[in-house]
Formats: sequence, C-alpha cells, structure tokens
Amino acid sequence: MRQPGAPNQPASRVEAGSFGADAGALRSTTAIEQVDWRRSPILTAGRWTWAMGTLSLAGVVLFLLCLQFGAQHVGLGDLSRVLIQALRDWRSDREAVGTTGVILLQVRLPRVLLSLFVGSSLAAVGAALQALLRNPLADPYVLGVSSGAALGVSLAMWLGIGGTVLTLSALPLCGFAGSLLSLAVVYRLAASYGRLPVHSLLLAGVILNAILTAVIMFITSIMDPNRSAGMMSWLMGTLTAPAYPALAVLTVYLAVGITVLMRQAQILNLMTLGDESARALGVETERAKKLIYVIAALMTGAVVSVSGMIGFVGMVIPHATRLVLGADHRLLLPASALAGGIYLMVADTVARSLLAPAELPVGIITALAGGPFFLYLLIWRKDRLA
Amino acid sequence: MNQSTNERFSGMEPGRTAVFTDSRNEAVRAFEVQELCFRYASPFDRSAGWTLDELSFQVTAGEVFGVVGPNGSGKSSLLKVMAKVLCPSHGHVRLFGQDLERLSQREVARQLALVPQESLQVFPFTVAQTVLMGRYPHRRERAWTAGFGWDAPDDIALAEQAMAEMDIAHLADRLITELSGGERQRTVIARALAQAPRVLLLDEPTAFLDLQHQIEICSIVTRLSRERGLTVVLVSHDLNLAGQYCDRILMLKDGALFRIGSPDEVIRPEALRAVYGCDVLVDRHPESGRPRVTLPGLASR
Repeated sequence: MRQPGAPNQPASRVEAGSFGADAGALRSTTAIEQVDWRRSPILTAGRWTWAMGTLSLAGVVLFLLCLQFGAQHVGLGDLSRVLIQALRDWRSDREAVGTTGVILLQVRLPRVLLSLFVGSSLAAVGAALQALLRNPLADPYVLGVSSGAALGVSLAMWLGIGGTVLTLSALPLCGFAGSLLSLAVVYRLAASYGRLPVHSLLLAGVILNAILTAVIMFITSIMDPNRSAGMMSWLMGTLTAPAYPALAVLTVYLAVGITVLMRQAQILNLMTLGDESARALGVETERAKKLIYVIAALMTGAVVSVSGMIGFVGMVIPHATRLVLGADHRLLLPASALAGGIYLMVADTVARSLLAPAELPVGIITALAGGPFFLYLLIWRKDRLA
Repeated sequence: MNQSTNERFSGMEPGRTAVFTDSRNEAVRAFEVQELCFRYASPFDRSAGWTLDELSFQVTAGEVFGVVGPNGSGKSSLLKVMAKVLCPSHGHVRLFGQDLERLSQREVARQLALVPQESLQVFPFTVAQTVLMGRYPHRRERAWTAGFGWDAPDDIALAEQAMAEMDIAHLADRLITELSGGERQRTVIARALAQAPRVLLLDEPTAFLDLQHQIEICSIVTRLSRERGLTVVLVSHDLNLAGQYCDRILMLKDGALFRIGSPDEVIRPEALRAVYGCDVLVDRHPESGRPRVTLPGLASR
C-alpha cells in the first residue's frame, strides 16, 4: 500500500506503481521501500574513525600549541628540541635539557596533561549522567556532585588525612565518598514516582550545591588562614602542575573509569529511552545504573581532589558534541572525552597566559564560557527539554 | 538495487519465520498468569490497595488478546508485569512455560516486545538508530567490544524490514525528536518488531494515530498474528477497536478480573454498565458482525 501520508518521499525510492494498485491491501513482508543507509546516520565504523581521527589530530596540534604558551613563550623549535632530547635520554633535569627544558617538562607538560585528563573525565561523566538521568543539562557540577566531592576532600584536608603518605589515594577516595553521597541525595530528592523531572533535578542540585558550599566555606573559615587561601583557589577550580607519580595514579583512576563507561555505551543508548523501555529491551537497569553512578562518582571524586570545582565542562562538551556527531554513545562518549580534554587544555592555557605571570583559576574561564551556554539551553530550547 | 534488496529480504525470510512459528502452536500457552497480585511499593502509604488483585488467566500462543477497563483499572500495570518491567508482589507469570522470575531481562526481551504508552526521547537519535535498539537483546557480545561493537548486517536488515513494515523507511535519517506523535509511535512499534518477538505487548498503540494509521497498525498486528503465530496482547481504551481485532478480551475492574471471553461475551451493555458505570448502545458491526459500542445520542438522555 503506498502511503499518501508520506508525501516528502523522493520519487526514486517509490518502487513500482504496480504496488500502489492494490491500495488497501497490506504490504507483503518483502520491503517495497528501501532504506538508504549511507544517508541515514546510524553509526558506522567509518564515521566513528573519521570523527575520532579528526578530533585526535586537533588534539595533537593544540597540545603542541598549548605547550608553547605560558608565562614564558617557547618557540616550536625549542619545544621539539627539548621533547626529543627528553624522550631520547629519559631525563628532565637542568643539565640535560636546560632551564627552558625544566620549565617545559616539570611544570608545563604535567599541567597540560592534567588538564587533558581532567577535562576528558568531566566530559565523559557528564555524557553518562545526561543519558542516565535523561537530562541534557546534567553535569557533575550542576547536580552538586562536585561540591559533594569537594566537601569530602576539604574535610580530609582539614582533618589532616591529606597530609600523610596516603595523599595519593586518600584524597580521591574522600572525594569519591562525598560525590557518591551527594549523587544519592540529589537522586532521592528529585525522583518522584519513578520519574526524574528535568527541573526538579536541577533544583535539587542547586539547593544541595548551596548547602554543601556553605559547609565548605565554614570549614575554610575555621581553618588555618595560611592554608585556607590555597584551599579557596583550589575550590574555584585550579590546575597546578602535579608530580609525575601523582599524575600517573590519577591517570589510572580516570582511564579505568572512562573504559568502564565506554563499555556501557550501548546500555546508555537504551537508558535514554527510560527505565521501563530499557528493561523491556533486555537491560538490567538497576545493575547498570548502580555501576554507572559509582563510576561517575569515583571519577568526579578523583578529578575534584586534584582540580577543585571546574564547572560546566561536563555539560557543555557532551551537549555540543551531540549536536555535531549525534546521540549514539558509542561515538559520543569517546568524542566527548577527547573534546573535553582539548577544551580544558585550551581554557587552562588561557588561564595561565592571560594575566601572566599571575594566573586565573581555570574554573572562572570555564564558567564564563559555559554558564551562558547553559542559560541559552535553559531559556531558548526549553520546549525540547520538557 | 531493488532486486538485490528483495533477494536479501527473501534470504532473511527462513530465519525470521523460524523465530515466529512454533510447531506446537495450537496447544502452547504464551502466558499463564496465576493469582497475580501487584501494588506499587510506597514507603509513605502502606494502606494503598492492590493495583492488580488475584488475577488468573491464560493467553494462547498466536491469539490477539485484548485488555480493557476504565482508567486506573490496572491495564498498563498488568502489561508491565507481563513484560517483566515490574515484578509481581505475589503470584506467577509464565512465558511459554517458563517463570518470568527465572528468566533474565535479556532472555525475556528476546521473546517479548513491549510498546509502551508513551515514549519520550530528549536526545537526537535518528529513527534508524531507535529501531536498531530493538536488536539489542539479540546482539552477540564479544569480550573486548562488549557494549561497543557495530551493528551487524542481519540486525540492520531486520531493522530495515521492520521500518518498511511500519511505513517509516523514508524517515530513517530524521531525528526522533522532530517527528509527530504518530510517526514516533510507528517508530516504537517498528523497534518492537525488530526485536523479532514471539509475543508483542501493546499499550494503547493507537492513541496518537490518525484514522488511517490506526487501521493500518491494527491490520499489521492481526496479520503478523495470523502469518507468523505472533501472540499479541493489546491494552486499549477503545472498546470498538478491541472488539474488532481481538480474539478474546479480558475486562478489568479495579485491578480484578471482571470478565474474560470472546468479544461477544465481554462487550455487553450490562457488563459495560457494571464496569464503566454508564449506559451505552451495543449493536453489531455491519461487516464483521462483531459487537460495536456507540455513545448514547442526545435524544435518549
């Protein structure tokens, strides 16, 4: 039966008119219309490779560019000389690579790498939370998950847990506990009758954020003033050059987290249909949700413990990526992670170069760029979020 | 081009028929529901009554089974329990002889597809991607690419066929968020067909559809039932639709079974008065002879 209800169908796809003759009769199971899969964007290996390749290439170029900027500009020639020499000798002390080399290898390189990892994690967590909560405005910062982690980390710092040898593992774990707790609270507050309305979720996040921030401020004000200044700047979202062992530990946390999330990509696709539909399609939703929430909290905790509260990366990046590359999480997750890393790397380069030799907290840059985007989504596209 | 597509589809046909037909078709019970009770667990209200109360009935494989009843009589909840989306408080649901509790979600989804009453999607998935999601329970996962691999050619072919059947092939590359209500509903039904189920559960399938697509969906569903032995359980407000297309009808009142049987036995003025609390006219459809419900005219009030 040829459908009159499909007038926008190109003539080439309408097969023979002979089928139209028996109008009213049912179409046989043999397809009359053919789907053109080249035009219809299901995710193919080619598309995936193309998108990820382009992003990786942009990442490498920008990585080399970001290494050049800072308090002291380093030309591409010097940069490549130092990098090659360091890779060849596997040394980064002054005798081997000179003063410029030390600045590059011990200050700038670890910091640029840190910004890459932190940005990727925030974006990957944001993408996963958005799918799970079926809310394109979700992000660890907006939902108060980052503040929960920050509270956990501040408590640990205040009580002096962070000062011990355990620094490497204790702070991320305290952040993890805090973020898991606040995620559970926001979820409970916002859920009503098994649904998560967009606006009640945001409201719950805002309120929790306010309460947690107040507690953090209280802790800061009763702390030793010498330490509280550093903590304030950490809270605003600052990346400081880490030591390589610390960076390695963090990398393990984040790499494991991103890998686990990527393996849930197909399930995340189905979860966007809602719990009931996902279950009916064969997803063990409760198990999947628990796993993804725990991983999201773990990654947020680890990220916040090193960089404080960097806002909006987790919201803006997945959203923009989705607009360009589509909603399939098999591509969206890794592409968001790459794009988030690149975004934070560039933002941090701006933060440390704009007022050089002084530095801005990078959280200010991301909030200034991301906040208006958030408002735009909330105000001009709210009809599509309902 | 067209030739090759047809060949591909006819190539798929044996496998597909095998999914649907069952040699023991006649005697097989698709569903056995025994003393099923269900209520929504609410921590605040322990006194809440049963949403489903001591329901027992059977659905034969290959029949079109209707569930009717007033708002809040538990129709949708019953369908969700039958799809293992909700778990019963007491009692059992058996799907082709196997207790739902003992089957994994995935094993259930390989045999049974649910078309929910409303499906909202806020993310820009295309129609093709949405229909392909129906192949999820059948995907073979490899350890390394679990949750990640690409869609297999047979999965794509089945999704393609389901889309052609629901007349949405021309919408394949459109975003689901941009479709009209009827087009979205047809996409969801196509997704259910792509699941290649033995049982199709439909919750108000025609609620958002215009007349033409209402008729078309009902015809497709009955045809699938006839040709492939697909069992259909259909929840509907529309008594005429249920009377017209269902082999048997279950009428619910306050979560309990009020009457079960052929449309002739269930759709009767006295039953409708008892369940809905209002008087309607019931006569015969001029073509099929099935019962037809008409609202009372102004003159009779």
